[in-house]
Amino acid sequence: MSAVPDFASPGVDGAADERAARPSPLAALRGLGLGRLLMLGGALLVVGAANAAIGYVIVDGRLEGEWYDLRDLGLAVGRLRTELDAEFDPAVSYWVTAILGAAGILVFIGGVLLLGSWIERRLLARFQIRRGPNRVGPFGLLQPLADAIKLMQKEVLMPRGADRLLYVIPPLAVFIPAVLAWGPVPWAPNMTYLDINVGVLYVIAVSSLGVLALFMAGWASNNHYALLGAMRTVAMMVSYEIPISLALLSVVLMTGTLQLSEIVAWQEEHRLWLGLLLPVALVTFFFSSTAEINRTPNDIAEAESEIVAGYHTEYSGMKAGLFMAVELGNAVVVGALVATLFLGGWSLFGLETWVPPYLVLGAKTGAIYFVLVWLRGTLPRFRLDQLMAFAWKFLIPISIANVAVVAVEASIFARLDVAAIVPLAAFTAINLALAAAVVRFALPASGGPRGAPPALRRPVLTTAVGGLRAAQRMRVSP
Amino acid sequence: MTLTLAHYLVVSGLVFGLGTAIALSKRNAIAALMGVELMLNGVNLALVAFSRFGAAFDSQEAALSGHVFVIFVLTVAAAEAAVALALAVLVYRRRETVDLDRLTSMRW
Amino acid sequence: MESAGVVAAFWILSATTVAGALLVLLSRNLLHALVFLVLSFLGTAGLFLTLSADFLAVAQVLIYAGAISVLIVFAIMLTPLASRDNASSLYAAPGVLLGAAIAALVAFTALDVGWPELEGAALDARGFGSTVARIGELLLGQYVLAFEVASVLLLFALIGAIVLVREDEPAPAGAEGGGGEQGRAP
Repeated sequence: MSAVPDFASPGVDGAADERAARPSPLAALRGLGLGRLLMLGGALLVVGAANAAIGYVIVDGRLEGEWYDLRDLGLAVGRLRTELDAEFDPAVSYWVTAILGAAGILVFIGGVLLLGSWIERRLLARFQIRRGPNRVGPFGLLQPLADAIKLMQKEVLMPRGADRLLYVIPPLAVFIPAVLAWGPVPWAPNMTYLDINVGVLYVIAVSSLGVLALFMAGWASNNHYALLGAMRTVAMMVSYEIPISLALLSVVLMTGTLQLSEIVAWQEEHRLWLGLLLPVALVTFFFSSTAEINRTPNDIAEAESEIVAGYHTEYSGMKAGLFMAVELGNAVVVGALVATLFLGGWSLFGLETWVPPYLVLGAKTGAIYFVLVWLRGTLPRFRLDQLMAFAWKFLIPISIANVAVVAVEASIFARLDVAAIVPLAAFTAINLALAAAVVRFALPASGGPRGAPPALRRPVLTTAVGGLRAAQRMRVSP
Repeated sequence: MTLTLAHYLVVSGLVFGLGTAIALSKRNAIAALMGVELMLNGVNLALVAFSRFGAAFDSQEAALSGHVFVIFVLTVAAAEAAVALALAVLVYRRRETVDLDRLTSMRW
Repeated sequence: MESAGVVAAFWILSATTVAGALLVLLSRNLLHALVFLVLSFLGTAGLFLTLSADFLAVAQVLIYAGAISVLIVFAIMLTPLASRDNASSLYAAPGVLLGAAIAALVAFTALDVGWPELEGAALDARGFGSTVARIGELLLGQYVLAFEVASVLLLFALIGAIVLVREDEPAPAGAEGGGGEQGRAP
């Protein structure tokens, strides 16, 4: 033990002290006192009784399809609808349910925005061996609220030379797609706000709407960094929309529907997550989504070490806060979409009869969100040219090949006349093997997101903003 | 009140007319291109309205031909926008302007 | 097509569409015109929805509001020294007159002709439930030749656009004034 250097011992001792100082669970119970122990026991009894009752009712099938079945709020809404239809004009029930659903989604998004940033900061702090916000309220839970109040109090500046109209619109406009994208997400078998049969296309279309708002924000600010950030954003989002669309196309080919609830139902029926069946699509979609929503490792649109804050450099106060909130909201949307499309949505191999399906989806969404935070805490940022080259030279060809493979498999699947499990198991094995082959051979050959060695590269940013260089050349030599 | 085919046709005519005006009266080639896109939009609206209201179709499949036409228009519009904007950029590189009034080398 | 919601939606959306198009004509700034153009596109997508063309509405948003507008953004940013004032050309008056004449002609024709159109119950019966599957069947059945030609056209447009705007290989290092021009945003 004497060989251990001195400077190592405080840490070791500190850890040991902490362990000693922390009371054992039994001791903690004993320290509570009789009254509290009784209350605890009573609460445990109540919870157990409630559990038993719920279990009885579920096994008994008594809740099946009844409106007070809280596992599926859609049933209650449906019941409300029939009641209203009996009394009033059909338009009344339409408006009432529409407003109810929208209010539900908005409340949910508000909760996500309030909790999400706290979760993200706490998690990041854990990754960086800090504690994170822990002063405002219990565990620092009220920190996002405090931040919002602080941001609202700040002065909203408008930079000189800014385009007044286009400077004001974007913080509001970016919010619209972030809210709209929640529409077709199925929370439970009957609980989808916007169960349209072009759901997948709708998701792509809505996500492509944000590009223009971000560009306008950067352009109207009359700031070089903001404009550079905006051009980066536009270039990157446009490039990464293609692999996203191709990944979703393979999902659609396999399930034969564009409706998100049907896709979940397909996964539930075949007891197979599409993420396992189509691993290339899953990874492509996830990676491209991080680019689409400007998150590390692809957050070059607002790389704070290079271009201050990208397109929202010149925004202050709550306008900047709105941009940050949208970023957070988009991350959770991506979590929900990945969970819905690739990880079985609200279904969890039978657990959804016991736990409300929306909680299952929420847990999956949270898991994806955790991975996003994990990536942010772990990975450095890629450069713009690396990301563009990765999209165009690697992701898109791989996605196209994947779509071809999946098309063949889907047509085989549609024509085979055996139990679905046989071809699906075979396809899963084949696709996993292909994905492994891609990771093992094609990815190293392309250099991965890091791209080719530096000597071969030209500064892509100047090419992307292209006209600037051309303009200069023409000014020099008329 | 009830909506009829004429309602939609008037809107589509207005959009088409405005598109024509923009395409013909703007100096910037890119603005003129915006006008062309608006004209295509007006045509699309008319096609969809006819497919919804038209009584001449004997089946839903026949009516949906209007939708297929719109898809082709969308395709052509995308191709046309890509090529036209490439041309605008090319002209800009050569002449340092996309001002249609100043691109007069083909005038006699 | 008689429920109050659809009628209200029609009036709001058509007002958005036409006002957007009008503002493209009137606005004094090219980027503003682009924003109004996108507004008009979105209004048209909404009108498609009232015509129960769900697939087309989404495709309209995706292609026009999402893709073509971004193309226009790129074109505007790639022509930095061109004027951004969305001014009228020398021949503005005849152009506007012609546009107004066309709009008036179409409107007059639309209102004057007795179109053989569906009404009431027959119209509701026509309501396309889900259009996607049948559009797909039409595209790959009856219209498969046009479909293939369209795909070839897209490929040509793609290659053509790349060939057109492709810059020549840059001159040897040193000829291009370093990286300083990055700061010269418009």
